[in-house]
Amino acid sequence: MAQPQDLLYSKEHEWVKLDGDIATVGVTDYAQHSLGDIVYVELPRVGKTLAQFGNVGVIESVKAVSDLFTPIGGAVTEINGALDADPAMVNRDAFGEGWLFKVKVGNPGEAANLLKADDYDVLTKE
Amino acid sequence: MSGMKRTALHDEHVALGGRLVPFGGFEMPVQYAGILKEHEAVRKRAGLFDLSHMGQFILQGDNVAEWADGLTINAVGTMKPLQARYNMFCNPSGGVHDDVIFYKLDGRWMLVVNASNADKMWAHLNANLGDSGVKLTSLHGHNALIAMQGPKSLAMMQPHVDVDLDALKYYFCTEGNVYGKHAVIARTGYTGEDGFELFVDGPDAPGIWNALLADHRGDGLEPCGLGARDVLRLEAGMPLYGHELTEEITPVQARQTWALKMSKPSFVGKEALAGQLERDDYSRIVGLMMAGRAPAREGYKVFLGDREVGEVRSGSTAPACDNKNIATALVSKEAATLGTTLGVQIRDNRHDAVVTALPFYKRSK
Repeated sequence: MAQPQDLLYSKEHEWVKLDGDIATVGVTDYAQHSLGDIVYVELPRVGKTLAQFGNVGVIESVKAVSDLFTPIGGAVTEINGALDADPAMVNRDAFGEGWLFKVKVGNPGEAANLLKADDYDVLTKE
Repeated sequence: MSGMKRTALHDEHVALGGRLVPFGGFEMPVQYAGILKEHEAVRKRAGLFDLSHMGQFILQGDNVAEWADGLTINAVGTMKPLQARYNMFCNPSGGVHDDVIFYKLDGRWMLVVNASNADKMWAHLNANLGDSGVKLTSLHGHNALIAMQGPKSLAMMQPHVDVDLDALKYYFCTEGNVYGKHAVIARTGYTGEDGFELFVDGPDAPGIWNALLADHRGDGLEPCGLGARDVLRLEAGMPLYGHELTEEITPVQARQTWALKMSKPSFVGKEALAGQLERDDYSRIVGLMMAGRAPAREGYKVFLGDREVGEVRSGSTAPACDNKNIATALVSKEAATLGTTLGVQIRDNRHDAVVTALPFYKRSK
């Protein structure tokens, strides 16, 4: 599927939506499809400061545990609590209701380290 | 995946969008549409599995039963014609070379071994032939094995075979034709559901596979991969070689003593297993039901209070148990009492798990 144009992407298949200094983070549709049926998501605690590209949690499918990295640094302001009861939301709507967490961006310059939609799209087809 | 073998159904897996992974030396589909969807098909309707990676050996000769009884823990000699029986080959310490199924066919025996152990078992059988007169033939990689599993299997399969499947008892087999092709048809499986396994010539497999899907996908039949199979067998409390059974974990420790016939005069591993039963001090496999949402995974440490008492051997989300997380663990005796709350170390946190009777899931008959 085509990648939403208004998001930025990491090579680890996470997306970021910037809204002022708040960044919403999720995994891409390509990532959820590769993972398969997601049964558990372990997210960073609200208030924790994350470094760009750091390991911040896990996403588990029926068969596998995968590390979760954050595509942008900052302090966690909110996590998607609905995923605790319904982690499959990430499968159903990776770019929307299946978002993972939000951070208050520490260094806006980090966005330059991310991919635009068309470049990420190329990555998923390699 | 260079160096990997392919089953007779490889092209079918690719055409169906199967995700292929290396398993037991073969490229095998771990899933098609998704593990949970495939699991649901098997529990509610039926699923179709390619198990052609498993080792199929033919044993012939007058002394097969007597010979096999000396190498295995369950009784072979008491098997009735066309009966199938679960069994294990042990080492002298009581650990398990492999868990297998014997099929007593007309004029020959079939032995089905795990794919991951097929080469080891072929060598083990040949090394123990002695003067038994037993003749061994390997069909591994040539013959195919298609399994249909689920409550609708009988209704879906019957129209396409020339034998009465309803009359075929659980753990019995027969020979007949499926879509006009010869097959050994067994009422066996590894999912906790009713079902049939079709042992067919490799070249006949694609036609049978495609015909079953074409005729019954509309009834809810789904192609299923090894991912769903692993969840299904774990829910059904069935051991998987390499997890609940290994060269170090004995059938006594794995709680498979129902298959252990100590009344046989002698067999490899008997003394070691007798000693283990006598002492009753061994670590053992238990079922665990996780209290929380974090899945337990193989290798995670298990604690009773502050004391490490063992480790998880298999773990999964269990759709048949309200999506709770289930696991097996090998734990010391004092931690194995039903109802005991143990702690499973998952990353930085200890998570409660209750020792639970196996199986986690039993079908209603």
